[in-house]
Amino acid sequence: MTLRRTLGALAAVATLTTLAACGTDDAPSSTDAGTAAADAATDEDATLLIYSGRSEDLVGPLLADLEAAVGVPVEIRYADSAELAAQLAEEGDRSPADVFFSQDAGALGALAKADMLADLPEDVTAEVPEELRDASGSWVATSARARVLVYNDEQAPEVTGFDSVDDLLDESYAGKIGYAPTNASWQSFVTALRVMRGEDGAEQWLTQFAALDPVAYEKNGAVLQAVNDGEVAVGLINHYYWFPLAAELGEENMAAQIHFLDADDPGALINVAGAGVLATSDQPDAAQAAVSYLLSQDAQQYFADETAELPVVGGVTSSVYDVGSLDEMTGARLDLNDLDSLPETQALLEQVGLL
Amino acid sequence: MAVALVALVPVAYLLLRTGEAGAERVVEIVWRERTAALVLRSLALTISVTVLCVVVGVASASILTRTDLPGRRFWTLVATMPLAVPSYVAAYAWVSTFGGAITGYGGSVLVLTACTYPLVMLPTMAALRRTDPALEEVARAHGRSALGTFCTVTLRQARPAIAAGSLLVALYTLSDFGAVSILRYDVFTRVIYTSYRAAFDRTPAAVLALLLVVITVAITVAEARSRGRAEQAKVGSGVSRPPMRAALGPRRQVLATLYLAVVAVVALGFPVVSLGFWLLQGRSAGTGLDRLAGAATSTLGVSALAAVVAVVMALPVGILAARHRTRLVRLTEHASYAGHALPGIVVALAMVFFGVRVAPAIYQQVPLLVLTYAILFLPAAVGVVRASVALSSPQGEEIARSLGHTSWGVLRRVTVPLAAPGIGAGAALVMLTCMKELPATLLLRPTGMDTLATRLWTHTSVDEYAAAAPYAATLVLLAVVPTLLMSREHLTRPTTISLEPS
Repeated sequence: MTLRRTLGALAAVATLTTLAACGTDDAPSSTDAGTAAADAATDEDATLLIYSGRSEDLVGPLLADLEAAVGVPVEIRYADSAELAAQLAEEGDRSPADVFFSQDAGALGALAKADMLADLPEDVTAEVPEELRDASGSWVATSARARVLVYNDEQAPEVTGFDSVDDLLDESYAGKIGYAPTNASWQSFVTALRVMRGEDGAEQWLTQFAALDPVAYEKNGAVLQAVNDGEVAVGLINHYYWFPLAAELGEENMAAQIHFLDADDPGALINVAGAGVLATSDQPDAAQAAVSYLLSQDAQQYFADETAELPVVGGVTSSVYDVGSLDEMTGARLDLNDLDSLPETQALLEQVGLL
Repeated sequence: MAVALVALVPVAYLLLRTGEAGAERVVEIVWRERTAALVLRSLALTISVTVLCVVVGVASASILTRTDLPGRRFWTLVATMPLAVPSYVAAYAWVSTFGGAITGYGGSVLVLTACTYPLVMLPTMAALRRTDPALEEVARAHGRSALGTFCTVTLRQARPAIAAGSLLVALYTLSDFGAVSILRYDVFTRVIYTSYRAAFDRTPAAVLALLLVVITVAITVAEARSRGRAEQAKVGSGVSRPPMRAALGPRRQVLATLYLAVVAVVALGFPVVSLGFWLLQGRSAGTGLDRLAGAATSTLGVSALAAVVAVVMALPVGILAARHRTRLVRLTEHASYAGHALPGIVVALAMVFFGVRVAPAIYQQVPLLVLTYAILFLPAAVGVVRASVALSSPQGEEIARSLGHTSWGVLRRVTVPLAAPGIGAGAALVMLTCMKELPATLLLRPTGMDTLATRLWTHTSVDEYAAAAPYAATLVLLAVVPTLLMSREHLTRPTTISLEPS
């Protein structure tokens, strides 16, 4: 009896879903976007929904404080930035999200290009240097990190004397360099290399780098781990990865150390995390207030002290970590808008066999 | 039919995306030199893992169902639990211990085999429990040795189940990204992920994923051919008795136990012990533990729901596939495999696309998440149901019908009870694989809902391995639940069928 009922119910559900699916195939875009969004969130009208590509462990406490600052209930969905960008693109004008808080600029740039982000008012972004926000004002950096070299202090202590990524191009490092080829910030570094040295200069560096048989890892954290374990001697990562691992294992147990290159070297490029407001947000005011909060003194101090990142608003320095400040790293502060030629970067990487 | 259409949602989405790209772009993406090389690498990995899984899975299943080895219940549990170890956790455990020595092709084969051999073992066990001892007795009476009988007669009967399991392994390997990316073995899925992650471009990803669907269809067709037309059903009348068990001598008992122990150490013991090390080493130990109970409850809840939905969706497909091999049925069966071969992120995005348009009321709610799980893991249920149904003779159903039962009655009182062990195994397989699913869970879970897999991801993504350890350990422990449910199913299986109309 039960089985029959279940089977019947399920057949009904399956049929309904199918019918519904067939119905939309004809007219995916004809329905009014507003109604759909309203349907999805009838009782959540007053809730601000943030898609966060930044990890809950890193920014959870900050976003909990954000609720008080914004004045409406806040819900947060955590996932990888790139996956969330793809999700937002699939949701299109029916997205329930109000704010996108991204781990890197690339994901925000992709959404801006698809006209999915609303322009941020000048007074929200005013305190952030121009090269750290989107030229058309659709997103803004909320914190920054520097590319650094990470080295094993037993195997490659000489790295402390390095000024440039060129110092890595030595036969003695063959098979001993770790990097994360699919990582967004590695690819930004390669873009910076192209912008600063031209296509030929970049190709030359990459060809020599590839000849050293660098070891590819899944992500920055894995590169750091490999250097710490002595599996490779040097790695190219972002500075702030070191601090949580040092906190996890104890600073005194770290064989891996980080080294900042000369500020005008592409290897010292500044990358950012940032935020934007969705053009389809039904709460644009609260969404802007949320972005404002991420740029407030409190939030900037949080980034400096808790995630060991570089604040993007002047006058804030970390009271915990000795990571320097953005003001000292003027040289490689390329305009982020110059770093949007990702397809060319990937083509070059494929050409030299690094992707 | 309805099931096929639901299962085809991801493919429809991919066609839509690929259609936008235009023929020229599609050709350009597919004909890159690298694409061909990576397809070959993926296939090589898939073949190696599948062959090894068949060897390990069938050997384990045979020992556990057909010998009098002491502690079979215990070993069954232990041998099933690796299915709950997410492949990326196992990969990380091996890499963090052995470093570069374990990476690449060899390491990937080892880790993926260890994580997926239960996909072959469980259906095979279900089939071996259902085979008719009469056939074996005939072979023995004609002078075949016990081992010879087992290899030529018994395993032959289990062939559809073994094939169904290998197919699951092959598709899992083809779609896996977590393990191979940590083990640094460059395969096809990596291009798909790179396209999303580094280029924020869904078009190449969709084109390549569609290519993966084509490969999958080729594999499922090959599997269907390998099943052939041989009839596996019991001949003659009467009720089957429980299968015969070989009496192992003391020496063979030691050997069999040793074999099971080695497999258990590699597939389960090693990852679990490394979890222990994470706990000891890291200072983040104990953080975030307050959310463990909630995450465990919702993991069990949504996985169990998904198992029920997947099995109910699989029943018509599996039964038809075993009984009526028309073109339409075959198409439906192959379609149901599409979800399993696609990387989770592709299926998740397809469900985002359709969910937000077709069913906004359940978007990012439990029902849509459960439906997504069901689509992803439907093949696990379909294959096992089909293999089980194929083992019972259609004559039973004909008799029931002649006694005045309606089609539903026949289904309810004859077909389903006879296939019960397989259906139980299918449900357990789906539940176990749902429990560790990550990409679709992240995008489609209700806002604020944790599962063990998402918590594990939260902590490992910022290298807090000690904080992650309890979640991974709980995931492995909870694998006991579906496994126990399944073995109870076997114990309470009715041995006789009542045919009087009710």
